[in-house]
Amino acid sequence: MKWGVVRFPGSLDDNDALYALAEVMGQEAAMLWHKDTSLGGAECILLPGGFSYGDYLRTGAIARFSPIMQSVEKFAADGGLVIGTCNGFQILCEAHLLPGALTRNRTLSFICERIHVRVENARTPFTRAMRQGDVLALPIKHGEGLYVAPEAELRDMEERGQVILRYCDAGGGETDAANPNGSMRAIAGVANERFNVFGLMPHPEHAVEAMLGGIDGRKIFESIAARA
Amino acid sequence: MQVKVFITPRKGILDPQGRVVEQSLKTLGFGDVSGVKVGKYIVLEVAAKNAVAAREETTRMCQRLLANPNIEDFSFEVEGE
Repeated sequence: MKWGVVRFPGSLDDNDALYALAEVMGQEAAMLWHKDTSLGGAECILLPGGFSYGDYLRTGAIARFSPIMQSVEKFAADGGLVIGTCNGFQILCEAHLLPGALTRNRTLSFICERIHVRVENARTPFTRAMRQGDVLALPIKHGEGLYVAPEAELRDMEERGQVILRYCDAGGGETDAANPNGSMRAIAGVANERFNVFGLMPHPEHAVEAMLGGIDGRKIFESIAARA
Repeated sequence: MQVKVFITPRKGILDPQGRVVEQSLKTLGFGDVSGVKVGKYIVLEVAAKNAVAAREETTRMCQRLLANPNIEDFSFEVEGE
């Protein structure tokens, strides 16, 4: 599958994402510049983590108006696959490609640790290589990962299966202690109604080699690549 | 003309900053405080014909960029109104 990784000023995980896709997953992947409008024929767009445009105003608020995002919005509207990790998730919410928003962690502190998430919906292009209830160990590193959305919208999202990943403990149990940032309903990853746009706070691109602590991130990339 | 824009967390949306500030105030002995919200205050100049035009322009700016309608409310004051 052909991937495009978008580099914004302030992106941090763009090189790691490109490495994970091209070197580890054996995918065809290219870097895309935020000022360009061409997606280079990519079949899946990845918005990486970082602090795009310095996180000024709100995380992702400025990045969503960059030239490449106009193309990404059109690509998503046409059914193209888009995945955003961490800051990429924040950008997708700001662009209204995903519901809800991400705000300051309940502790107000930056969190950098390995956590667990449970797969809540395995019938999506992003999770099809897994089963519902599977637990993934993935790293997080963010200051603003508390997922919020109006209660009525959360109910609708749950009914439609748009909650894709939820924070849990190592055994898959949902406890308050296993919710690192205080996200509503322990939400770690969501999809849009059409299930072609997916955002998550954990970093699958940092979990693709055993030497670096785990390979559970591969399952997400494998799911997406299996489509092509 | 000058416009002062106030962005506040929407009612019912978690505001961890407001909660922590409120807790700190209580720790300092301000036991009567409640409902603390932490938002943003933005000052800008609009070259508009009159206050009505400035209001319309500012509303569009808030809806488009300055506030996130999912989680924030906005209000503003136009100079001389």
